[in-house]
Amino acid sequence: MQVGMTVNGEAHEADAEPRTLLVHHIREAVGLTGTNIGCDTSSCGACTIHIDGEPVKSCTMLAVQANGADITTIEGMAADDGTLHPMQQAFMENHGLQCGYCTPGMVMAATSLLQENPSPTEAEVRQGLEGNLCRCTGYHNIVKAVLAAAEGE
Amino acid sequence: MAVMGTRMLRKEDPKLLTGEAKYVDDIHAAGELWMGMVRSTHANARIDSVDVSAALEQPGVVAAYTGADLAEGYWIAPLPCAWPVTPDMLNPPHFPVAVENARYVGDIVAVVLADSRYGANDAIEHVVVMYEDLPAVTTVEVAASGDALAHPDLGTNKAYSWALDPDPDAVQAALDDSVHRVSARFVQQRLIPSAMEPRGVLAIPSPHGGDITLYSSTQVPHILKVMVAATTGIPEHSIRVIAPSVGGGFGAKLNVNADEILAVALANKLKRPIRWTESRSEAAMSTTQGRGQVQYIEIGADADGKLTAIKAHIQADLGAYMQLITPGTPLLGSFLYTGVYACPAFGFVCDGYFTNLTPTDAYRGAGRPEASYAIERGMDLLAAEVGVNPEEIRRRNYAVGGEAFENWESPSGLVFDSGNYRPNLDKALELADIAELRAEQTRRREAGDSVQLGIGMCTYVEICGLAPSRALGDLGYAAGGWEHATVRMLPTGMIEVVSGSTPHGQGHETSWAMIVADKMGIDPAHVTVLHSDTALSPLGLDTYGSRSLAVGGVAIAMATDKLIEKAKAIVAHQLEASPDDIVLDEGNLMVAGSPDTATPIQSVGFAAFSAHDLPEGMEPNLQEQVSFDPPNFAFPFGTHVAVVEVDTNTGGVDLIDYIAVDDCGNQVNPLIVEGQVHGGIVQGVAQALWECAEYDDHGTPLNPSLMDYLVPSPTEVPSMTVDSTVTPSTTNPLGVKGVGEAGTIGSAAAAINAVVDALSPYGISDIEMPASPQRLWRLINAAQEGAST
Repeated sequence: MQVGMTVNGEAHEADAEPRTLLVHHIREAVGLTGTNIGCDTSSCGACTIHIDGEPVKSCTMLAVQANGADITTIEGMAADDGTLHPMQQAFMENHGLQCGYCTPGMVMAATSLLQENPSPTEAEVRQGLEGNLCRCTGYHNIVKAVLAAAEGE
Repeated sequence: MAVMGTRMLRKEDPKLLTGEAKYVDDIHAAGELWMGMVRSTHANARIDSVDVSAALEQPGVVAAYTGADLAEGYWIAPLPCAWPVTPDMLNPPHFPVAVENARYVGDIVAVVLADSRYGANDAIEHVVVMYEDLPAVTTVEVAASGDALAHPDLGTNKAYSWALDPDPDAVQAALDDSVHRVSARFVQQRLIPSAMEPRGVLAIPSPHGGDITLYSSTQVPHILKVMVAATTGIPEHSIRVIAPSVGGGFGAKLNVNADEILAVALANKLKRPIRWTESRSEAAMSTTQGRGQVQYIEIGADADGKLTAIKAHIQADLGAYMQLITPGTPLLGSFLYTGVYACPAFGFVCDGYFTNLTPTDAYRGAGRPEASYAIERGMDLLAAEVGVNPEEIRRRNYAVGGEAFENWESPSGLVFDSGNYRPNLDKALELADIAELRAEQTRRREAGDSVQLGIGMCTYVEICGLAPSRALGDLGYAAGGWEHATVRMLPTGMIEVVSGSTPHGQGHETSWAMIVADKMGIDPAHVTVLHSDTALSPLGLDTYGSRSLAVGGVAIAMATDKLIEKAKAIVAHQLEASPDDIVLDEGNLMVAGSPDTATPIQSVGFAAFSAHDLPEGMEPNLQEQVSFDPPNFAFPFGTHVAVVEVDTNTGGVDLIDYIAVDDCGNQVNPLIVEGQVHGGIVQGVAQALWECAEYDDHGTPLNPSLMDYLVPSPTEVPSMTVDSTVTPSTTNPLGVKGVGEAGTIGSAAAAINAVVDALSPYGISDIEMPASPQRLWRLINAAQEGAST
């Protein structure tokens, strides 16, 4: 089937088998590999993207379900001149990443979290990121980064 | 400008934060084929037949192979084990695809190649395998009983027995003479390492050029290259291995896996690129697991609680086959069963057994968390027996009375480089405010609060900086323990560092740039680090055993020193001065006391490149290399304090605070050190409280996905207090020790000590890991029933 979507502001049209997962479509048909796959049970959140402004684990959707959607991936977060998104910058300044594999999904989820709740407590940050797993940081610096981003530091 | 010791932000972050970084699954080659593996669903079985004919009929399928199809002409040797720990160790041949017998659930029995990811996954469902079941060995204790045989043809499950036990009679006599004695059996459950990036491979042949490039999500590209040559017969100089961005490893990517050898062998045969990425559920079978031991420890002490003897006997669950360092992994802990303590008599024996489960191998800490757990749980048991608190029993037994020392011969015979244990403990207890915690605990106990408080500690030591090559040779390990570095100044004055150790999240690009920039007095932004590609970095022994800084970083520092010496000679020649009179100050070389002669060191790159006016006989270019073989290990240490609440109605455990004071010697970048400690702590606590690879009686994995296997999420853990003391290592000129595994080594014991402490009023003295609500609820109820009858 032909599937059309806007990805990071650019229109994209490609053929997709009806069973193709959205994350595979984005990685292999659209060619944006920043969105990672960490599991096969929608548990880890590495594949989190924004669809029409909402955070979605892109392994839980079929590509065809995203027909007509407006999608933002991690590649669409930094400004055109390369300036990092404030959340990316906060992750960098607070050492909120090590191997970087969970990071794109974590940044996308954290950005949505602050959209919903601009001034979260530490507990609310942890609750809000419960669907995203990281094996490197013990979450300490991720939580710190999100709180710093909320403070606008 | 001083760079060492600063909290410099990481150079590798922007590409990781923007999706620009490439992991193996992000890389594609024209004409690539997707590999799908048919894995045994039986833990121990004869393979009666494998029929791939229906799979071959599936759309997009290019080839399908049984083990028998691949038995000739694809490899010249079984998958390698680099660590025959005893001369008579049993090591049944382990080929990438099983032929006659499947020995664990996950053992590969057939392979399909298709032109798409989904096509390969579809096709493997059409392979028909007929099995004849054999009794499966699913625990190490069943293995030791010999009631069933994992490999019936071996006639035994015991692969080896290894001892560090020079005088067992003396150890027994010392135990028998002890005033206080405690003994315990601890279970180190199997863990699924669960790096967030699943493993993957892409093998790209060059049919006319004759060479082959293997991309792999590996910690060990250099070791993999040698082993691919040794296993496939492809000449070593025709193989290039690249570890692109690697999404965590934790020891589970320190291996030579069936899929890696299969991809290379099939790409080489078919002259087409072959790729594979494991699914998370597959990873629970296809990637090595950690821990897997039953430990028996006996501890003796005199009337004052001072140690008289420690005897440890462990049964190691090796799994179905020997992977790269399977047999040696439990032995890495053998030297640490006496911890940070003086103890006149010590003996250790490890019996390694085959089971019909996924092979075990290195996992963050590799043998050392297990040892630390046994001695640190044991010290708490001893404290209870003697009637003193946990910190007091430790203080009474610290090496050198807890005073600062250098080069202390430990009970195991290894010489600890440096330590200063008492101030480290005191700092941790002060940060934790132990007096207030105990007061709160007492309040809750007296009030009969349903939520009890527990405080647990661990004062660990670990062996890092693997390793002096001679020591590895003495232990039967096949390779050395050196690390290689090259430092070159380019014509424009920019610096390239070539690192033999290979990062997978540790921040080598940042730390190595800091070491070089600090020595030269230049901007770290002017230093780039090349790594993880055997064509760029031909010499190296990679990353494991907290060795990158203590061995590889030191090599970089030494190569930088050599380069500075050559630059000094060039500038001395230009200034018509003696090289001995040239000093380096803030990035400028000059004659001592003559600032007007200042020459930026970065300008020497062009002089060395143009070679118009070099000292007589000097070779052009500024490039130096060092292979550093450490004279000893390094022995970081620390104190961890875990604070838990246990709900006595539900058995639920809540980790509410965690304090860690680690001593990893001098620190290059405290930001990175703290990050390593944070992650390690949570991984160790996860063993204590949540994680366990479970199997049924037939050897079938019960929780092979992230839905069922409890990798902690952000809500399970608190923010931590992480601090340090600094006792420089005497092993290397940087005074560094290593910190990658420290958090994991200290935290499981601290967490369980805390849970036991919370429940000690119930008479509970031990809890098996993971301390799940079900397990605690049963223990608490049994204790209450016991009390009421």
